[in-house]
Amino acid sequence: MKEGFRQSMAWLHTWSGLLVGWVLFLVFAAGTAAYFRDEITLWMKPELHALPHAPVAQAQAAERAVQFLQQRGADSPRWFISMPTGREPLVGVLWTKPAPPAGAAPAGERPRRARFENASLDPATGDTAHAPRATRGGDFFYRLHFDLHYMPAIWARWIVGFSAMFMLVAIVSGIVTHKRIFKDFFTFRGKKGQRSWLDAHNVTAVLALPYHLMITYTGLITLMFLYMPWGPQAAYKDRGGEQAFFAEVFPGGGRDRFQAAGEKAPLAPIAPMLAQASAHWGGAAAGRITVHHPNDANAVVAITRAEGPRLSYDQPSMQFNGATGALIATYGDVPQAAAETRGVLYGLHVGRFANPLLRALFFLSGLAGCVMVATGLLLWAVKERQKYAKVLRKGGRIGFGLRLVDGLNLGAVAGLPAAMAAFFWANRLLPVGLAERAAAEIRWFFIVWGALAVLALLRPTLRMWQAQLGLGALLFMLLPVLNAFTTTHSHLGATLRHGPGAVAGLDLVAIALGLGLASAVWFVERKRRKTLALKHAAKAPAPRTPGEPEALSQGLATSGHQP
Amino acid sequence: MTSTPIRYRLAVASRAVAAIAGGYAVAALSAAALALALPAWTGMARSEAVLTGTLASFAVFAGAVMWVFAARTALRAWAGLALSAAVLALPVLLLGGGGA
Repeated sequence: MKEGFRQSMAWLHTWSGLLVGWVLFLVFAAGTAAYFRDEITLWMKPELHALPHAPVAQAQAAERAVQFLQQRGADSPRWFISMPTGREPLVGVLWTKPAPPAGAAPAGERPRRARFENASLDPATGDTAHAPRATRGGDFFYRLHFDLHYMPAIWARWIVGFSAMFMLVAIVSGIVTHKRIFKDFFTFRGKKGQRSWLDAHNVTAVLALPYHLMITYTGLITLMFLYMPWGPQAAYKDRGGEQAFFAEVFPGGGRDRFQAAGEKAPLAPIAPMLAQASAHWGGAAAGRITVHHPNDANAVVAITRAEGPRLSYDQPSMQFNGATGALIATYGDVPQAAAETRGVLYGLHVGRFANPLLRALFFLSGLAGCVMVATGLLLWAVKERQKYAKVLRKGGRIGFGLRLVDGLNLGAVAGLPAAMAAFFWANRLLPVGLAERAAAEIRWFFIVWGALAVLALLRPTLRMWQAQLGLGALLFMLLPVLNAFTTTHSHLGATLRHGPGAVAGLDLVAIALGLGLASAVWFVERKRRKTLALKHAAKAPAPRTPGEPEALSQGLATSGHQP
Repeated sequence: MTSTPIRYRLAVASRAVAAIAGGYAVAALSAAALALALPAWTGMARSEAVLTGTLASFAVFAGAVMWVFAARTALRAWAGLALSAAVLALPVLLLGGGGA
């Protein structure tokens, strides 16, 4: 804390950014990847790439899915059908396993996922589509973004929320700290040590500032009822608490309201319901279909509109009587102002509305966010190192705090990209029939990241920066090559000519990311040479010129002994 | 005020607690206060008021944190939080049927 408003805000910006910077880097990187969640999932299932992608009528796809579910889950209490989209060509079906008879097994002990079964169907035929390899695909990055891993999701969400709140404070105090925010937007002074790091931080931060502010605030909004439950609790205390609030705001949701009658009744045909819903929404397609208690007299079919180019995350829905096919109710046609505001803020965060170009811009802004966090972290280390300039010149060592920050910076900024690339490599290299295959892919991500982080903490040197950035560069740049050797229909030679375009796109983005990391290696090499030259010069007994001690401190991280 | 390192550290710790715990308390109170006050004073629908208060609460939180670190002394920082909390607690106590 310092005297003066701008100084205290600069102090606040520095510390709120540093303390959670490593978590934020992970959250930014995973979130940026998650913009292409569907595309990543598709890339990771090469068995699906040769399928023809002729569009299939909604009614046909839905009827095939219902036929499939009647065969496999006729006695299930609930079916979920997600309709094919431009980004996801298959029909996803998920059904709840019937509850075991009382006393058969202790109900609480089964993990939540084990209660569901799912399949991907070819929309034209309704057959299970070519049984793709088991993988979490892009969902891994999506979950990693806010649920982290190896810990209960609820802890992770609080950790991520806490970090996001720090980020919000860091952004606002960062803006306040800026005397010349407009000028800095156009300022980059390269090859000037700390000044360049500051400029790089400013450029990436200010360039995408509206995005950073938006993504941080809307990120908090996505989980706001977890972080800030006091409004619903205070206002609905006398009328049933939070659940009553949710039932009022999201009237189509809530599955406990649906009770089975216990009487069998055949499920009414789904196509007329779809047609009625689509007509009601001005021709918009259906996105999700939920069937509560299929083949029961009290069956309810809930149809939610497909995500379209609309900003709001909340989609209107309609419910039909599953036995007669009659419309029960429509929801969300005329959203209220605050509810719509929340829906739009939520929608802005997840960006499902975006067309490919806008999605690419979101992705680039996300990358700018990664660079902003990374340069901010490095800037702290560069500044702190200056305090040790004299000690270093005498051959002394830096303090524990700086060494720790150096190691964490290296493990996060250079290690994470390599680990993300390793996840894609594991997808292609692990045997297709491996047991627990999806988990094994994720394990490889953490094995690589963990190993790199340990190395980074042990030897946070410029050489290590080069090694880890170089590993990431190689893994990304060679990913299309690996793809060519391990698949028949998924490499660039095939995908550039016949599609799917998403698969070709991922290969091309991997090459670009690899080139970016490679240029970072080259950049570190320049720093290393400069540092070495200065060290040699410092050994000579000649008097130092005033500029040099500062120059010595310009390296990324030079803890430990340079080779 | 920060002549000795230990005093400085305590001052930072005090403000960090004020910012995180105090800031959250003020933000939570603002969410509850708007949820209760907006329907009573402007006739806004209850669910809309709840959403408005909750959506705005994170901006209140950020503002409170900045206030805590911008205040000249730690005492002023705490006093500002206490005053805001007291003002926000009024509608919660009056309209929420006592105690949130």
